[in-house]
Amino acid sequence: MDLINFEATELRLGLPGSTDEWDKKSTASPVNTNNKRSSSEMGSSVSDETGSSRSPSLAKAQVVGWPPVRSYRKNIIQGKKSESESGSGMYVKVSMVGAPYLRKVDLKVYKSYDELLKGLQDMFKCNIGLYSEKEGYKSEFAPTYEDKDGDWMLLGDVPWDMFLTSCRRLRIMKSCEVIES
Amino acid sequence: MSDDTSPGCATTAAAGSGGSSGKVRAPVSSSGDGGSFTAHPDQVLENVIENVLVFLTSRRDRSTVSLVCKSWYRAEAYTRSDLFIGNCYAIAPNRVTNRFKRIRSVSLKGKPRFADFSLLPADWGAYFTRWVHAMSLAYRALEKIYLKRMSVTDDDLSVIARSFPCFKELVLVCCEGFGTSGLAVVVSECRNLRVLELIEDEVSDDETDWISCFPEGTTNLESLCFDCVEAEVNFDALEKLVARSPMLKKLKLNMFVSIGELYRLVVRAPQLTHLGTGAFNPLVEIGQQQGDNQELDYTSLFAACKSIVCLSGFREIAPEYFPTIVPLCGNLTSLNLSYANVNAEQFKPVIRHCHKLQVFWAMDSICDEGLQAVADTCKDLRELRVFPVDPHEYDEGPVSEVGLLAISLGCRKLQSILYFCQQMTNAAVIAMSKNCPDLVVFRLCIIGRYRPDRVTGEPMDEGFGAIVKNCKKLTRLAVSGLLTDKAFSYIGQYGKLVRTLSVAFAGDSDAGLKSVLEGCTNLQKLEIRDSPFGDSGLQPGLHQFYNMRFVWMSSCRVTRQWCLEVARRLPKLVVEVFSRDEEEGERGDFVETLYMYRSLDGPRPDAPQFVEIL
Repeated sequence: MDLINFEATELRLGLPGSTDEWDKKSTASPVNTNNKRSSSEMGSSVSDETGSSRSPSLAKAQVVGWPPVRSYRKNIIQGKKSESESGSGMYVKVSMVGAPYLRKVDLKVYKSYDELLKGLQDMFKCNIGLYSEKEGYKSEFAPTYEDKDGDWMLLGDVPWDMFLTSCRRLRIMKSCEVIES
Repeated sequence: MSDDTSPGCATTAAAGSGGSSGKVRAPVSSSGDGGSFTAHPDQVLENVIENVLVFLTSRRDRSTVSLVCKSWYRAEAYTRSDLFIGNCYAIAPNRVTNRFKRIRSVSLKGKPRFADFSLLPADWGAYFTRWVHAMSLAYRALEKIYLKRMSVTDDDLSVIARSFPCFKELVLVCCEGFGTSGLAVVVSECRNLRVLELIEDEVSDDETDWISCFPEGTTNLESLCFDCVEAEVNFDALEKLVARSPMLKKLKLNMFVSIGELYRLVVRAPQLTHLGTGAFNPLVEIGQQQGDNQELDYTSLFAACKSIVCLSGFREIAPEYFPTIVPLCGNLTSLNLSYANVNAEQFKPVIRHCHKLQVFWAMDSICDEGLQAVADTCKDLRELRVFPVDPHEYDEGPVSEVGLLAISLGCRKLQSILYFCQQMTNAAVIAMSKNCPDLVVFRLCIIGRYRPDRVTGEPMDEGFGAIVKNCKKLTRLAVSGLLTDKAFSYIGQYGKLVRTLSVAFAGDSDAGLKSVLEGCTNLQKLEIRDSPFGDSGLQPGLHQFYNMRFVWMSSCRVTRQWCLEVARRLPKLVVEVFSRDEEEGERGDFVETLYMYRSLDGPRPDAPQFVEIL
């Protein structure tokens, strides 16, 4: 019986894995700026205060539109943060028969073939179906990938971890084009 | 890259310069029309004036000219080719098309700036549609359109593509409402297109391969900027496009373009002057394609780019590639690293080569140490912007008063600064006010609200006071930190040239706002949020509101009664009152948001349900 991993169950406001190094310096500041203003208009633009048991920084409410950084810039920044924690993303190009353009997908976002297939189906608005060892994919599409030897393989032939280290790019082909090995 | 600020009086097409009641002279039919062919002296004079006015480009001058007499009014209207409208709701499109007949270029601005920070509800307005339809009928020779904070649809883009055979330039800044399919129509049908610049727009991914829609053969493209488009582009088509665009000077790629692809493009366009580098990342895990990208000699590539003066991008920067740009640095006048999360150690070896830099945007990940390096090297710096990697309130941040002071000591020619930090001192701000007397734009954002001087514990009044007092050219100011009414009395007393003022979480009472409205005689744009200012603070502004572009007050203490009263007393002012959804009914007498602006054509016909126009 495993002991409960308390750290994993801890509720935090940060992104998974973040340690918020700036947060470590947030002992009681000389001037407690939170209490300075009690006028009603501060309350009206501020959403619910979260519990005060956490450090002052995390507990401060999220104010709409503050700081005045364009949301476009905020999104990029948040994206960066999660990337730098989990290591650089593993982007591979994905092409699909009939589509004139390539997409890119970050393989690190997925934990299994199922998730990856779902992601691909969402991205290309197609139905690839389920994998079976004997029969491959029971739909008009067959997802394939090029491995580091330059060979084209059917998605799902090798264990997920092995796939992650060997996949160079993905291609969704028509089932009829796939040559049985 | 700096924000466009407009001169005070000529902000709407037909309003006269300051102080006038906003009467519009209806265009009178010309006395020379179809009349006698003797050279009537008035007609001769009018012809002469027209020939002279063709050379007059300043908006302010043109506005003045048009007020001299009817003849000059007509001549000016006939010769104006560039239209600038600072608030798309200040005037109706047909009034503009009736007066000006020969417009080649249109600039339109829509939503107030606080829309960028989610303070304006969606569907508020600023629709381009009624403008594009009016122009499609009146201005067949139109060549250029510049839009900022407008709502633009794919249909609007189609109208542009179909209506203007000479169309050359489309620049969209902070716009939304369109997608890649709209872009496809523009690029395929505007055969003379030279400039397509998409800057910080929200572009929806309709999965249209718009890059492939450029016509075959050599193009006239001089500028192609799509760094904000969050959709994959067809790289093969892009490569071919660049290869057949010999005039291309500006190319700004989006984050989906890898560094390997960047290489292939730059090789084909050695004449580039402005480059947005895209991801600056191989976009594949290094281990997998080992050798593929690392074989490419980026350093030599960039060394051959003698023309590049402006560099940006770095959307997903892989820091190990950063030093490859060093050969470019000696020529750079503009460097935008505001999406590049690089630390001081990675940054310093690069910046020390940038002697000619005038414009520099960065993330605060470079820290005070990085700013010191900028101060040491970039003696010609005119504009600095420092953005926060992590836009939340903390007790400490990577940049502080230390960086600001360093910049003030090293970059004496500084004209414009936008600085985000967690802590600041009056001393550093005062030092900047003395060391950088050329400052025109000073925007300091202390992210921690109500933060006092970190060392003395005092309000930040003296710092901002010194800025308005010592920086005699200051026209734009944004304040933050703990501020009392004293700060605002300084602003009113010394900020005589200030045209734009942004205030958030500041001040004690109406006295503060009063000082500003009584003292800042050139104030054009006033945006205030979450401050204890109300009716009596706004009262002195009554004589001024017609001279202003707009006033925005949200989460303040303005009552509905006051808004009704001002709407009654100033009929040419449009007084909009609305809430963000969740604030409905919580504020009693006080309005959540007041947005008011002068208009020659009364309340707009397209106001949504939630906006009340008093």
